[in-house]
Amino acid sequence: MPGLTISEKILAKASGKERVSPGDIVDGSVDLLYMHEMLAMALMPFNEIGTMKVWDPDKIVVTLDHWVPPPTPEIAKMHQTIREFCKKQGIKRFHDVGDHGIIHQLIAERGYAHPWELVIGSDSHTNMVGAVGAFAAGIGATDTAAVMATGRLWLRVPETMRVDIHGKLGKCTGAKDVILKVIGTTGDDGARYAAVEFSGPTVRGFPMDERFVLCNMTTEMGAKVGMVAADATTKEYLAHSGHPFKAIDSDDDATFAKTHTFEIDGMGPQVACPSNPANLKPVEDVAGTKIDVAFLGSCTNARIEDLRIAAKLLRGEKVAPGVRFQITPASQIIYRQALKEGLVEIFMDAGATFTSSTCGPCFGGHMGTLAGDEVCISSTNRNYPGRMGSPTAQVYLASPWTVTASAIHGEITDPRKV
Amino acid sequence: MQTRFKGRVWTFGDDISTDHIIAGKYLGTTDSKVFAEHAFEAVDPTWAKKVQPGDLIVAGDNFGCGSSREQAPVALKTLGISAILANSFARIFFRNAINLGFPVVECPGLKTGVKSGDIVELDMARGEVHLPGGPVMRFKPLPPNVLEILEAGGLVPKLRKELATKSAG
Repeated sequence: MPGLTISEKILAKASGKERVSPGDIVDGSVDLLYMHEMLAMALMPFNEIGTMKVWDPDKIVVTLDHWVPPPTPEIAKMHQTIREFCKKQGIKRFHDVGDHGIIHQLIAERGYAHPWELVIGSDSHTNMVGAVGAFAAGIGATDTAAVMATGRLWLRVPETMRVDIHGKLGKCTGAKDVILKVIGTTGDDGARYAAVEFSGPTVRGFPMDERFVLCNMTTEMGAKVGMVAADATTKEYLAHSGHPFKAIDSDDDATFAKTHTFEIDGMGPQVACPSNPANLKPVEDVAGTKIDVAFLGSCTNARIEDLRIAAKLLRGEKVAPGVRFQITPASQIIYRQALKEGLVEIFMDAGATFTSSTCGPCFGGHMGTLAGDEVCISSTNRNYPGRMGSPTAQVYLASPWTVTASAIHGEITDPRKV
Repeated sequence: MQTRFKGRVWTFGDDISTDHIIAGKYLGTTDSKVFAEHAFEAVDPTWAKKVQPGDLIVAGDNFGCGSSREQAPVALKTLGISAILANSFARIFFRNAINLGFPVVECPGLKTGVKSGDIVELDMARGEVHLPGGPVMRFKPLPPNVLEILEAGGLVPKLRKELATKSAG
């Protein structure tokens, strides 16, 4: 019998089976369900299903992240409904405005997800959490309601695509450049329905923040989940949770539907051009493109490490005249850390805007949206038409290095030249 | 369950994302009429007004990629789109549509055989699409577990039935 991949091991465990194979339909027992404002959309189907009570309030985490603080009375009301629901259902891990974060970051940094777990989130970027060695998949409102009621979800066991990364990151490049390169090579549906497992010496050497970036944007490859084997780095990251740690990796003789190998030695910064995350160019090819907005935020790239990069480049510099540079940390914990390290002062001295944590600008919701024909360079994850505001706005996706360097120069800038 | 749908076609290309279908700025409500009114606004601001109940969507690869927002299939279903046929679907969009009892079918190559305004007939049971002028395209039927959800009218009615059976038994 051939060995199993990480996803196959977790789905076998979650469905109480010895082993599972790609294509099998399994009924998985969910270890963790997490939700943001989509909970409001899930309430109608939840009430219709009629169990009245959630299956296990201790396996649920809720925060508010898309519209924080609420920009309209209707959304403030939506938040009220969610607050009341959590109270009524006894969901203790409800992180209200003030204690909030973009949910994937909140789940990661608070140590709520662990290797070997089946994690389900009401958001497409749930894939990020797979970086801890969990099977973490995103779903919509009706599936969310079903999991709330039953604690179970049917899943098709995915084929696994292995992505091996070799080589050393070059100057002013990071995991964002690597994942943009991967998406640019495989296409924005290159891993549709598949599990993407990152491996190879570069990934094994990556700290957790870089692993989160890789897994986060497997969503932009169409993947069901993205994952990295749980090892000593994972163990150390999760140590504060007090939860017992059990490593996970694919077996040596596991079957991979496909293996891509990337050699990143000598690779420079990468940019995904309008209006598809797979529309890849090396930064040199788009350098000089005038920008109106630079945005450093989202679950993809707004961790403390990203903010430190921005501060490093911004110290003693100014944001270019006519450009608005907005920095929005991925969580309140990161916000506090940025304050403590003096980063916020550097941002403000440079003329950048620093806001409370929210998904707002990334999905064109509020707190920094784009006007027609505005050009934005962004550390976020998607640039389809209308994603960040007007359908005629142009969004370039890049790393925190490239975004910050561009904010200073008012045009897309190769950060190696700053 | 209705298995035959005859209607006018609207064609779309590859990689139609949930941002194309319903923009983030309209998601601050749970009112499905709002989603319907603004469907495909990024592509054609008058589209939602031109669509008639019973129309079908035919698209290329990776339809519905991007967000998990169920508001996207809700918007199209609310407008009365009877089914979506595409070369392929993004996984969350596919699940969301099926969960709503909204037929979505992978029919690779159909898009090259039809244009907007054509009348086609979809036969889910036989796995066929009848094109104008007579040609028939076949597609692989949906997997049994997916068909079961669709036949129940969506995931909620299916679960209600299952839970009722369980408590009665």
